[in-house]
Amino acid sequence: MTAGSDPVLGGGLPAGGAMRVMGSETEYGIHAPSAPGANATMMSARVVQAYAQVTRLRAAGGAETRWDYTDEEPLHDARGWTLERGQAHPSQLTDQPPVLDAEAVALAYGRDELELDGEDESGSLLMNMVLGNGARLYVDHAHPEYSSPEVTNPAAAVAWDAAGDLVGLAAVRRLASDTELPAVNLYKNNTDNKSVSYGSHENYLMPRSVPFGDIVRGLTPFFVSRQIICGSGRVGRGQDSSRSGYQISQRADFFEAEVGLETTIRRPIINTRDEPHATADKYRRLHVIIGDANLSQVSNYLKFGTTAMVLSLIEAGLAPRIEVHEPVAALQAISHDTTLTAKVRLQDGRRVTALDLQWMYHEAAAKLAQDTGVSDAVDGDGHTNAVLERWATTLTQLDSDRPAAATSVEWLAKLSILEGYRQRDGLQWDDARLGLVDLQWADLRPEKGLYYRMLSRNRMQRIVDDADIAAAVTEPPSDTRAYFRGRCVSSFSKDVVGASWDSVIFDVPGYGRLQRVPTREPLRGTKALTGGLFARHREAGSFLAELLGTAPAPPPA
Amino acid sequence: MAGQEQQQPQPRDTEVEEEVPVPPAPAEGQASASTQGVDDLLDEIDGVLESNAEEFVRAFVQKGGQ
Repeated sequence: MTAGSDPVLGGGLPAGGAMRVMGSETEYGIHAPSAPGANATMMSARVVQAYAQVTRLRAAGGAETRWDYTDEEPLHDARGWTLERGQAHPSQLTDQPPVLDAEAVALAYGRDELELDGEDESGSLLMNMVLGNGARLYVDHAHPEYSSPEVTNPAAAVAWDAAGDLVGLAAVRRLASDTELPAVNLYKNNTDNKSVSYGSHENYLMPRSVPFGDIVRGLTPFFVSRQIICGSGRVGRGQDSSRSGYQISQRADFFEAEVGLETTIRRPIINTRDEPHATADKYRRLHVIIGDANLSQVSNYLKFGTTAMVLSLIEAGLAPRIEVHEPVAALQAISHDTTLTAKVRLQDGRRVTALDLQWMYHEAAAKLAQDTGVSDAVDGDGHTNAVLERWATTLTQLDSDRPAAATSVEWLAKLSILEGYRQRDGLQWDDARLGLVDLQWADLRPEKGLYYRMLSRNRMQRIVDDADIAAAVTEPPSDTRAYFRGRCVSSFSKDVVGASWDSVIFDVPGYGRLQRVPTREPLRGTKALTGGLFARHREAGSFLAELLGTAPAPPPA
Repeated sequence: MAGQEQQQPQPRDTEVEEEVPVPPAPAEGQASASTQGVDDLLDEIDGVLESNAEEFVRAFVQKGGQ
């Protein structure tokens, strides 16, 4: 294994195409219809507790595997400085475990709620857990968030992201069976249409040697335009939906800056948070905050696959040399034009559509992939060719066959239902039923969620089989460090006291202190490297002894 | 780095090798079948949508997020 031996080429994966270490984060909308005033953080904690009960991934002492915050650095800016804590917005301090305020709990549910069995020794509720599939499930601000395990390709990104929706669904079911407390719904969307937005983030591993300015220049025109293939659609315009109508993106109207560190205020098209969660002098983790959460598998697949390819272009110095005039305004103009005919101005004076921009990137990506060989149908990397073909097919359909595109592009699929209602019932865009269609599109319950109704009628295309998504709920990816993390949690949960993206912490009888195993190389800890180790050991003590090269631990006194 | 791609069987291997025919094979004429399909779909959604649309949408209020 030579992971990381050549970070410039992506640390062990074929360079030039769609393969890359990547992952998703989804903050779910949360709502208890029978208790609309319920505290959102409390409800989100109930979601995490409920899933813990479902999986019974409980360590000794009754606590699930804790998050290890040691390497969180949310104030490090990729442009080369660190924001002072005192100047940061409180929501930026994501390196401290959130402690649910007891008063908030009491206000929401009464004092008795403080006796929940998820309470730990310090009196705070469990807000965080690491899952056997390598993912993290936790309370982020006022939403439950699922962060997928690291994967190496866009099809796997779709599978482990969709697995998060099943995790959320399992929690919803569990809470619905609780007769004492109100049922909770989860929605995979990004706005309440009343001025609040919450995120769906992507993460991509890049060599640190790529200048950040190149990333900004190469990505901005792409991010302005990629919404036409991966926007989820939104009823309403303006952050508060004060203007009626439909638009392509859930998120576009909430972006106000071109580049910046914030994720909750003055949101930037390019986010500069610089927490590599890996060997910091070799890698950066590009944190992408501009995407919509996708239920459509094709939109999600293209979101990850095309972005990974554009990053390959940037690394090779071959991104299209185009610069969009006033990109924030262009982003919103494109989102507000469902005819896809709106033109945005480039700094060189040309006026182009979003489709034009996407074709420029496709052309450059296809050439690089051909030159590096990764898109070869036989000898390629097995992913890039499929991404390129689907990208081209989707762009062509968006231009000339929208009914076909509506089986894969999320905003068009949602629009087909909305237009059906408008025609059948003569509804105006500000009719509450259209707002309800928009919201209920994203309900995670298959009997209620309109996306899932479309899927069950085969009106939405699949990228991965249902069985593979179901497997991804419990199985980690085999080809990243998520394999090691997930297997540690599922095999040795009673001895694992904490974990994070780049560590697993053991508390094993016989060892005098906690054993923190660093996992700072994302392409190590794979099944190929550690599968035998897990097969050989059923006890954490002997497992650690072989892993760390120490003598077997003496039996506990 | 070529040749070092990961070979473990993963769900990625299930990705489509060729374009999936879409939408899956309506038997009748394309256009009328498609229109009929939308009508059927709307009928189904009518039965699934929360009652009290206005109140339900108004009550969906979220706290800030990233």
